[in-house]
Amino acid sequence: MAKKNKDEILHDHNNDGIDRRGFLKCMAWAGTGALCVMEGGILKSYSLSRLGEISAKEMAGELSFVQISDSHMGFNKPANPDVAGTLKSAVEKINGLSRAPEFMLHTGDISHLSKPEEFDTVDQILKSASAKDVFFVPGEHDVLNDDGKSYLERYGKNAKGGGWYSFDKKGVHFMGLVNVMNLKAGGLGTLGHEQLEWIEDDVQHLKHSTPIVVFAHIPLWSVYPEWGWGTEDSAQALAYLKKFGSVTVLNGHIHQTMQKVEGNVTFHTAASTAFPQPQPGKADSPGPMKVPAEQLKSVLGITNVNYVQGRQALGVVDSTLA
Amino acid sequence: MIRKTVWIAGLLATVMVLTLLLSAGSPGSAAKIPQPAAAEVKVDNFSFGPATLTVPVGTTVTWTNRDDIPHTVVSTDKVFKSKVLDTDEKFSFTFAKAGTYPYFCSIHPKMTGSVVVQ
Repeated sequence: MAKKNKDEILHDHNNDGIDRRGFLKCMAWAGTGALCVMEGGILKSYSLSRLGEISAKEMAGELSFVQISDSHMGFNKPANPDVAGTLKSAVEKINGLSRAPEFMLHTGDISHLSKPEEFDTVDQILKSASAKDVFFVPGEHDVLNDDGKSYLERYGKNAKGGGWYSFDKKGVHFMGLVNVMNLKAGGLGTLGHEQLEWIEDDVQHLKHSTPIVVFAHIPLWSVYPEWGWGTEDSAQALAYLKKFGSVTVLNGHIHQTMQKVEGNVTFHTAASTAFPQPQPGKADSPGPMKVPAEQLKSVLGITNVNYVQGRQALGVVDSTLA
Repeated sequence: MIRKTVWIAGLLATVMVLTLLLSAGSPGSAAKIPQPAAAEVKVDNFSFGPATLTVPVGTTVTWTNRDDIPHTVVSTDKVFKSKVLDTDEKFSFTFAKAGTYPYFCSIHPKMTGSVVVQ
Protein backbone atom coordinates (compact mmCIF):
# COMPACT_ATOMS: atom_id res chain seq x y z
CA MET A 1 0.00 0.00 0.00
CA ALA A 2 1.20 3.49 -0.75
CA LYS A 3 2.52 5.92 1.79
CA LYS A 4 -0.30 7.75 3.43
CA ASN A 5 -0.53 11.38 2.45
CA LYS A 6 -2.98 13.92 3.69
CA ASP A 7 -4.60 14.50 0.30
CA GLU A 8 -4.63 10.87 -0.62
CA ILE A 9 -7.54 8.57 -0.05
CA LEU A 10 -6.83 4.90 0.20
CA HIS A 11 -9.53 2.37 0.78
CA ASP A 12 -8.97 -1.30 1.09
CA HIS A 13 -12.15 -3.06 2.02
CA ASN A 14 -10.74 -6.53 1.59
CA ASN A 15 -10.24 -6.91 5.29
CA ASP A 16 -13.79 -5.92 5.98
CA GLY A 17 -15.27 -8.56 3.78
CA ILE A 18 -18.29 -8.06 1.66
CA ASP A 19 -20.74 -9.19 4.31
CA ARG A 20 -20.00 -6.22 6.43
CA ARG A 21 -23.22 -4.58 7.51
CA GLY A 22 -21.58 -1.61 9.10
CA PHE A 23 -21.76 1.79 7.62
CA LEU A 24 -18.50 3.43 6.76
CA LYS A 25 -18.52 6.97 5.67
CA CYS A 26 -15.47 8.60 4.18
CA MET A 27 -15.46 12.02 2.74
CA ALA A 28 -12.68 13.96 1.17
CA TRP A 29 -13.19 17.61 0.47
CA ALA A 30 -10.01 18.31 -1.39
CA GLY A 31 -11.69 18.64 -4.76
CA THR A 32 -9.35 16.55 -6.84
CA GLY A 33 -9.40 14.04 -9.60
CA ALA A 34 -8.87 10.47 -8.63
CA LEU A 35 -7.06 7.45 -9.88
CA CYS A 36 -9.13 4.35 -9.51
CA VAL A 37 -7.39 1.01 -9.29
CA MET A 38 -9.66 -1.98 -9.31
CA GLU A 39 -8.34 -4.91 -7.38
CA GLY A 40 -10.62 -7.88 -7.18
CA GLY A 41 -13.58 -5.61 -6.94
CA ILE A 42 -12.07 -3.08 -4.52
CA LEU A 43 -11.66 0.36 -5.92
CA LYS A 44 -8.54 1.99 -4.49
CA SER A 45 -8.36 5.72 -4.45
CA TYR A 46 -5.22 7.81 -4.62
CA SER A 47 -4.96 11.57 -4.72
CA LEU A 48 -3.61 12.47 -8.13
CA SER A 49 -1.29 15.09 -6.74
CA ARG A 50 0.56 12.22 -5.05
CA LEU A 51 0.55 9.89 -7.99
CA GLY A 52 4.25 10.27 -8.55
CA GLU A 53 4.86 8.65 -5.17
CA ILE A 54 2.82 5.56 -5.95
CA SER A 55 4.89 2.83 -7.53
CA ALA A 56 3.91 1.10 -10.72
CA LYS A 57 3.76 -2.15 -8.77
CA GLU A 58 1.20 -0.77 -6.38
CA MET A 59 -0.85 0.54 -9.24
CA ALA A 60 -0.64 -2.69 -11.14
CA GLY A 61 -3.77 -4.66 -11.56
CA GLU A 62 -5.72 -6.29 -14.30
CA LEU A 63 -7.29 -3.06 -15.31
CA SER A 64 -6.56 0.62 -14.91
CA PHE A 65 -8.73 3.47 -16.17
CA VAL A 66 -9.26 7.15 -15.52
CA GLN A 67 -12.40 9.13 -14.74
CA ILE A 68 -12.66 12.80 -15.64
CA SER A 69 -15.71 14.96 -15.12
CA ASP A 70 -17.39 18.33 -15.50
CA SER A 71 -15.18 19.92 -18.16
CA HIS A 72 -17.84 22.63 -18.77
CA MET A 73 -16.22 23.61 -22.05
CA GLY A 74 -17.53 27.07 -22.94
CA PHE A 75 -17.62 28.34 -19.34
CA ASN A 76 -15.69 31.64 -19.22
CA LYS A 77 -16.61 33.27 -15.91
CA PRO A 78 -14.11 34.40 -13.23
CA ALA A 79 -14.10 31.00 -11.46
CA ASN A 80 -12.06 29.75 -14.46
CA PRO A 81 -11.68 31.81 -17.63
CA ASP A 82 -9.64 29.00 -19.29
CA VAL A 83 -11.45 25.67 -18.96
CA ALA A 84 -9.70 24.41 -22.12
CA GLY A 85 -6.35 25.03 -20.42
CA THR A 86 -7.27 23.10 -17.28
CA LEU A 87 -8.67 20.21 -19.35
CA LYS A 88 -5.31 20.09 -21.14
CA SER A 89 -3.61 19.98 -17.71
CA ALA A 90 -5.84 17.03 -16.82
CA VAL A 91 -4.73 15.24 -19.99
CA GLU A 92 -1.08 15.93 -19.12
CA LYS A 93 -1.72 14.46 -15.68
CA ILE A 94 -3.22 11.35 -17.26
CA ASN A 95 -0.30 11.04 -19.67
CA GLY A 96 2.09 11.26 -16.73
CA LEU A 97 0.61 8.22 -14.94
CA SER A 98 3.16 5.48 -14.39
CA ARG A 99 0.79 3.01 -15.93
CA ALA A 100 -1.15 4.21 -18.94
CA PRO A 101 -4.88 3.79 -18.34
CA GLU A 102 -6.67 1.61 -20.84
CA PHE A 103 -9.55 4.01 -21.32
CA MET A 104 -11.30 7.03 -19.85
CA LEU A 105 -14.76 7.64 -18.45
CA HIS A 106 -16.22 11.13 -18.70
CA THR A 107 -19.04 11.53 -16.19
CA GLY A 108 -20.79 14.43 -17.86
CA ASP A 109 -21.04 18.17 -18.21
CA ILE A 110 -18.63 17.82 -21.08
CA SER A 111 -19.93 21.16 -22.37
CA HIS A 112 -21.34 24.20 -20.60
CA LEU A 113 -24.14 25.05 -23.05
CA SER A 114 -24.47 21.92 -25.26
CA LYS A 115 -22.92 23.77 -28.21
CA PRO A 116 -21.34 21.66 -30.99
CA GLU A 117 -18.11 23.69 -30.85
CA GLU A 118 -17.83 23.00 -27.10
CA PHE A 119 -18.07 19.23 -27.66
CA ASP A 120 -15.61 19.58 -30.58
CA THR A 121 -13.04 21.28 -28.34
CA VAL A 122 -13.28 18.58 -25.67
CA ASP A 123 -13.01 15.79 -28.25
CA GLN A 124 -9.96 17.50 -29.73
CA ILE A 125 -8.19 17.94 -26.36
CA LEU A 126 -8.91 14.36 -25.26
CA LYS A 127 -7.33 13.04 -28.47
CA SER A 128 -3.92 13.82 -27.02
CA ALA A 129 -4.53 11.57 -23.99
CA SER A 130 -2.64 8.29 -23.69
CA ALA A 131 -5.95 6.48 -23.36
CA LYS A 132 -7.75 6.64 -26.67
CA ASP A 133 -11.19 5.30 -25.82
CA VAL A 134 -13.53 7.57 -23.88
CA PHE A 135 -16.89 6.43 -22.56
CA PHE A 136 -19.28 9.30 -21.90
CA VAL A 137 -22.47 9.82 -19.95
CA PRO A 138 -24.30 13.16 -20.22
CA GLY A 139 -24.57 15.86 -17.59
CA GLU A 140 -27.52 18.25 -17.57
CA HIS A 141 -25.37 20.82 -19.40
CA ASP A 142 -24.95 18.41 -22.34
CA VAL A 143 -28.66 17.97 -23.07
CA LEU A 144 -29.93 21.55 -22.74
CA ASN A 145 -31.72 22.33 -25.97
CA ASP A 146 -33.07 19.28 -27.71
CA ASP A 147 -33.76 16.63 -25.06
CA GLY A 148 -30.31 15.25 -25.67
CA LYS A 149 -30.73 14.58 -29.39
CA SER A 150 -27.43 16.13 -30.48
CA TYR A 151 -25.61 14.55 -27.53
CA LEU A 152 -26.90 11.12 -28.52
CA GLU A 153 -25.96 11.65 -32.16
CA ARG A 154 -22.39 12.35 -31.10
CA TYR A 155 -21.82 10.01 -28.13
CA GLY A 156 -24.73 7.60 -27.96
CA LYS A 157 -24.52 5.60 -31.17
CA ASN A 158 -24.31 2.28 -29.33
CA ALA A 159 -26.45 3.34 -26.40
CA LYS A 160 -29.92 2.21 -25.41
CA GLY A 161 -32.99 4.41 -24.90
CA GLY A 162 -31.90 7.74 -23.47
CA GLY A 163 -28.18 7.02 -23.76
CA TRP A 164 -27.45 4.28 -21.23
CA TYR A 165 -25.22 1.30 -22.10
CA SER A 166 -22.93 -1.34 -20.65
CA PHE A 167 -19.69 -3.03 -21.65
CA ASP A 168 -17.17 -5.48 -20.22
CA LYS A 169 -13.44 -5.03 -19.76
CA LYS A 170 -11.23 -7.77 -18.29
CA GLY A 171 -14.03 -9.32 -16.29
CA VAL A 172 -15.40 -6.02 -14.97
CA HIS A 173 -18.91 -5.00 -16.00
CA PHE A 174 -19.32 -1.27 -16.68
CA MET A 175 -22.72 0.47 -16.78
CA GLY A 176 -23.07 4.05 -18.03
CA LEU A 177 -26.32 5.52 -16.72
CA VAL A 178 -28.25 8.70 -17.57
CA ASN A 179 -29.93 10.59 -14.72
CA VAL A 180 -30.16 14.12 -16.15
CA MET A 181 -33.19 13.82 -18.45
CA ASN A 182 -36.89 14.59 -17.83
CA LEU A 183 -36.22 16.17 -14.46
CA LYS A 184 -39.36 17.03 -12.50
CA ALA A 185 -40.08 20.30 -10.68
CA GLY A 186 -38.74 20.15 -7.14
CA GLY A 187 -37.03 16.83 -7.77
CA LEU A 188 -33.54 15.33 -8.05
CA GLY A 189 -31.77 13.37 -10.76
CA THR A 190 -33.92 10.66 -12.32
CA LEU A 191 -33.14 7.31 -13.96
CA GLY A 192 -36.72 6.55 -14.94
CA HIS A 193 -38.70 3.36 -15.31
CA GLU A 194 -37.33 2.31 -18.70
CA GLN A 195 -33.71 2.58 -17.59
CA LEU A 196 -34.39 0.80 -14.28
CA GLU A 197 -35.88 -2.12 -16.21
CA TRP A 198 -32.84 -2.18 -18.43
CA ILE A 199 -30.51 -2.26 -15.39
CA GLU A 200 -32.37 -5.22 -13.93
CA ASP A 201 -32.18 -7.04 -17.22
CA ASP A 202 -28.57 -6.10 -17.94
CA VAL A 203 -27.16 -7.68 -14.78
CA GLN A 204 -29.51 -10.64 -14.63
CA HIS A 205 -27.13 -13.19 -16.12
CA LEU A 206 -23.90 -11.95 -14.53
CA LYS A 207 -22.11 -14.00 -11.89
CA HIS A 208 -22.36 -12.46 -8.42
CA SER A 209 -18.58 -12.32 -8.27
CA THR A 210 -18.43 -9.97 -11.28
CA PRO A 211 -17.13 -6.57 -10.21
CA ILE A 212 -19.56 -3.84 -11.30
CA VAL A 213 -18.65 -0.25 -12.09
CA VAL A 214 -21.59 2.13 -12.44
CA PHE A 215 -20.93 5.63 -13.77
CA ALA A 216 -23.41 8.48 -14.09
CA HIS A 217 -23.35 12.27 -13.78
CA ILE A 218 -25.47 13.13 -10.73
CA PRO A 219 -24.50 11.20 -7.57
CA LEU A 220 -26.48 8.00 -7.08
CA TRP A 221 -26.46 8.58 -3.33
CA SER A 222 -28.00 11.38 -1.38
CA VAL A 223 -25.12 13.85 -1.06
CA TYR A 224 -27.22 16.98 -0.45
CA PRO A 225 -30.80 16.89 -1.75
CA GLU A 226 -31.32 20.56 -0.86
CA TRP A 227 -29.04 21.38 -3.79
CA GLY A 228 -30.37 18.58 -5.97
CA TRP A 229 -27.29 16.44 -5.29
CA GLY A 230 -28.88 13.03 -5.42
CA THR A 231 -31.01 10.76 -7.63
CA GLU A 232 -34.69 10.12 -6.91
CA ASP A 233 -34.80 6.47 -7.88
CA SER A 234 -31.20 5.35 -7.31
CA ALA A 235 -32.25 3.03 -4.46
CA GLN A 236 -34.13 0.89 -6.96
CA ALA A 237 -31.08 0.69 -9.24
CA LEU A 238 -28.82 -0.26 -6.34
CA ALA A 239 -31.31 -2.91 -5.22
CA TYR A 240 -30.69 -4.71 -8.52
CA LEU A 241 -26.96 -4.66 -7.75
CA LYS A 242 -27.26 -5.96 -4.18
CA LYS A 243 -26.32 -9.50 -5.09
CA PHE A 244 -22.89 -8.47 -6.38
CA GLY A 245 -19.86 -8.61 -4.12
CA SER A 246 -18.27 -5.46 -5.47
CA VAL A 247 -20.07 -2.41 -6.82
CA THR A 248 -18.22 0.83 -7.50
CA VAL A 249 -20.29 3.93 -8.30
CA LEU A 250 -18.48 6.83 -9.99
CA ASN A 251 -20.22 10.20 -10.29
CA GLY A 252 -19.46 13.86 -11.02
CA HIS A 253 -21.76 16.91 -10.86
CA ILE A 254 -20.72 18.27 -7.46
CA HIS A 255 -17.21 19.40 -8.51
CA GLN A 256 -15.47 17.94 -5.45
CA THR A 257 -14.32 14.51 -4.35
CA MET A 258 -16.33 12.54 -1.86
CA GLN A 259 -16.47 8.91 -0.90
CA LYS A 260 -18.89 6.73 0.95
CA VAL A 261 -18.97 2.98 1.49
CA GLU A 262 -22.24 1.27 2.19
CA GLY A 263 -22.23 -2.52 2.34
CA ASN A 264 -20.96 -3.83 -0.97
CA VAL A 265 -21.11 -0.44 -2.67
CA THR A 266 -18.37 2.17 -2.83
CA PHE A 267 -19.58 5.60 -3.93
CA HIS A 268 -17.17 8.14 -5.30
CA THR A 269 -17.50 11.58 -6.86
CA ALA A 270 -14.71 13.09 -8.97
CA ALA A 271 -13.44 16.64 -9.10
CA SER A 272 -14.21 18.87 -12.05
CA THR A 273 -11.56 19.82 -14.59
CA ALA A 274 -13.16 23.30 -14.81
CA PHE A 275 -14.11 24.92 -11.47
CA PRO A 276 -14.84 23.92 -7.87
CA GLN A 277 -18.23 24.10 -6.15
CA PRO A 278 -18.81 24.72 -2.43
CA GLN A 279 -19.16 21.98 0.15
CA PRO A 280 -22.81 21.07 0.73
CA GLY A 281 -24.63 23.87 2.52
CA LYS A 282 -21.46 25.94 2.95
CA ALA A 283 -22.65 28.68 0.57
CA ASP A 284 -25.93 30.32 -0.46
CA SER A 285 -26.02 28.23 -3.62
CA PRO A 286 -24.02 25.53 -5.41
CA GLY A 287 -22.71 28.05 -7.97
CA PRO A 288 -19.07 28.12 -9.14
CA MET A 289 -16.62 28.86 -6.33
CA LYS A 290 -13.95 31.44 -7.05
CA VAL A 291 -10.56 30.70 -5.57
CA PRO A 292 -7.31 32.67 -6.07
CA ALA A 293 -5.93 31.89 -9.54
CA GLU A 294 -2.81 30.23 -8.14
CA GLN A 295 -4.98 27.81 -6.13
CA LEU A 296 -7.32 26.80 -8.93
CA LYS A 297 -5.43 23.70 -10.05
CA SER A 298 -5.34 22.40 -6.48
CA VAL A 299 -9.13 22.14 -6.48
CA LEU A 300 -9.44 20.50 -9.90
CA GLY A 301 -8.43 16.97 -10.74
CA ILE A 302 -8.80 13.54 -12.23
CA THR A 303 -9.59 10.08 -10.83
CA ASN A 304 -7.71 6.88 -11.56
CA VAL A 305 -9.22 3.44 -10.90
CA ASN A 306 -7.40 0.11 -10.70
CA TYR A 307 -8.68 -3.42 -10.48
CA VAL A 308 -6.78 -6.48 -9.37
CA GLN A 309 -8.45 -9.83 -9.74
CA GLY A 310 -9.02 -11.78 -6.55
CA ARG A 311 -9.44 -8.77 -4.31
CA GLN A 312 -12.78 -7.36 -3.43
CA ALA A 313 -12.76 -3.67 -4.23
CA LEU A 314 -11.36 -1.40 -6.87
CA GLY A 315 -8.80 1.22 -5.98
CA VAL A 316 -9.87 4.79 -6.60
CA VAL A 317 -7.25 7.51 -6.60
CA ASP A 318 -8.04 11.21 -6.76
CA SER A 319 -5.37 13.66 -7.73
CA THR A 320 -5.37 17.39 -8.23
CA LEU A 321 -4.08 19.21 -11.28
CA ALA A 322 -1.65 21.20 -9.16
CA MET B 1 -68.56 82.88 -38.01
CA ILE B 2 -65.65 84.65 -36.42
CA ARG B 3 -67.59 85.07 -33.18
CA LYS B 4 -68.46 81.38 -33.18
CA THR B 5 -64.78 80.39 -33.59
CA VAL B 6 -63.77 82.66 -30.74
CA TRP B 7 -66.48 81.08 -28.60
CA ILE B 8 -65.24 77.55 -29.40
CA ALA B 9 -61.68 78.61 -28.71
CA GLY B 10 -62.76 80.03 -25.38
CA LEU B 11 -64.57 76.84 -24.52
CA LEU B 12 -61.54 74.76 -25.43
CA ALA B 13 -59.32 76.97 -23.29
CA THR B 14 -61.68 76.56 -20.35
CA VAL B 15 -61.73 72.79 -20.76
CA MET B 16 -57.96 72.72 -20.93
CA VAL B 17 -57.61 74.83 -17.79
CA LEU B 18 -60.12 72.64 -16.00
CA THR B 19 -58.29 69.53 -17.13
CA LEU B 20 -55.02 70.92 -15.86
CA LEU B 21 -56.61 71.87 -12.55
CA LEU B 22 -58.15 68.41 -12.19
CA SER B 23 -54.85 66.76 -13.03
CA ALA B 24 -53.03 68.81 -10.44
CA GLY B 25 -55.71 67.98 -7.89
CA SER B 26 -55.50 64.21 -8.33
CA PRO B 27 -51.95 62.84 -8.41
CA GLY B 28 -53.13 59.34 -9.36
CA SER B 29 -54.68 60.43 -12.63
CA ALA B 30 -51.46 59.81 -14.62
CA ALA B 31 -51.98 56.06 -14.05
CA LYS B 32 -55.16 56.28 -16.10
CA ILE B 33 -53.07 56.43 -19.26
CA PRO B 34 -53.15 52.76 -20.34
CA GLN B 35 -49.71 51.16 -20.12
CA PRO B 36 -48.81 47.51 -20.49
CA ALA B 37 -48.11 46.05 -17.03
CA ALA B 38 -44.64 44.62 -16.47
CA ALA B 39 -42.95 42.71 -13.67
CA GLU B 40 -39.50 41.29 -13.07
CA VAL B 41 -38.17 38.07 -11.59
CA LYS B 42 -34.47 37.76 -10.80
CA VAL B 43 -32.81 34.40 -11.19
CA ASP B 44 -30.00 34.59 -8.67
CA ASN B 45 -28.12 32.17 -6.41
CA PHE B 46 -30.04 29.22 -7.84
CA SER B 47 -33.42 30.71 -6.87
CA PHE B 48 -36.27 32.76 -8.34
CA GLY B 49 -36.96 36.10 -6.65
CA PRO B 50 -39.67 36.65 -5.74
CA ALA B 51 -40.51 32.96 -5.61
CA THR B 52 -44.21 33.85 -5.82
CA LEU B 53 -45.14 36.84 -7.95
CA THR B 54 -48.70 38.20 -8.04
CA VAL B 55 -49.67 40.32 -11.07
CA PRO B 56 -52.81 41.56 -12.84
CA VAL B 57 -54.05 39.90 -16.04
CA GLY B 58 -52.12 41.15 -19.07
CA THR B 59 -48.80 41.56 -17.25
CA THR B 60 -45.57 40.73 -19.05
CA VAL B 61 -43.15 39.04 -16.66
CA THR B 62 -39.44 39.13 -17.47
CA TRP B 63 -36.93 36.73 -15.91
CA THR B 64 -33.23 37.72 -15.91
CA ASN B 65 -30.48 35.23 -15.11
CA ARG B 66 -27.96 36.82 -12.74
CA ASP B 67 -26.04 33.58 -12.08
CA ASP B 68 -22.76 32.34 -13.55
CA ILE B 69 -24.58 29.16 -14.49
CA PRO B 70 -27.32 28.79 -17.13
CA HIS B 71 -30.93 28.32 -16.05
CA THR B 72 -34.31 27.83 -17.70
CA VAL B 73 -37.84 28.99 -16.88
CA VAL B 74 -40.26 26.16 -17.62
CA SER B 75 -43.97 26.07 -16.76
CA THR B 76 -44.87 22.89 -14.86
CA ASP B 77 -48.14 22.78 -16.84
CA LYS B 78 -46.36 23.43 -20.17
CA VAL B 79 -47.82 26.93 -20.59
CA PHE B 80 -44.43 28.54 -21.29
CA LYS B 81 -40.83 27.42 -21.71
CA SER B 82 -37.70 29.53 -22.11
CA LYS B 83 -34.65 28.53 -24.04
CA VAL B 84 -31.49 28.15 -21.96
CA LEU B 85 -30.65 31.50 -20.36
CA ASP B 86 -26.94 32.14 -19.93
CA THR B 87 -25.71 34.92 -17.64
CA ASP B 88 -27.73 38.17 -18.08
CA GLU B 89 -30.06 36.66 -20.68
CA LYS B 90 -33.78 37.31 -20.33
CA PHE B 91 -37.08 35.56 -20.99
CA SER B 92 -40.51 37.24 -21.08
CA PHE B 93 -44.04 35.90 -21.08
CA THR B 94 -47.34 37.80 -21.08
CA PHE B 95 -50.05 36.34 -18.86
CA ALA B 96 -53.40 36.86 -20.60
CA LYS B 97 -55.47 34.64 -18.31
CA ALA B 98 -55.99 34.60 -14.55
CA GLY B 99 -54.64 31.60 -12.70
CA THR B 100 -51.64 30.18 -10.84
CA TYR B 101 -48.66 29.25 -12.98
CA PRO B 102 -46.03 27.11 -11.21
CA TYR B 103 -42.67 26.88 -12.96
CA PHE B 104 -39.14 25.54 -12.41
CA CYS B 105 -35.63 25.41 -13.86
CA SER B 106 -35.46 22.22 -15.91
CA ILE B 107 -31.67 22.06 -15.39
CA HIS B 108 -31.85 22.54 -11.60
CA PRO B 109 -35.34 21.30 -10.73
CA LYS B 110 -34.94 22.22 -7.06
CA MET B 111 -35.42 25.80 -8.27
CA THR B 112 -39.17 26.44 -8.32
CA GLY B 113 -41.41 29.51 -8.45
CA SER B 114 -44.92 30.58 -9.34
CA VAL B 115 -46.78 33.46 -10.95
CA VAL B 116 -50.27 34.23 -9.63
CA VAL B 117 -52.31 36.15 -12.22
CA GLN B 118 -55.42 37.94 -10.86
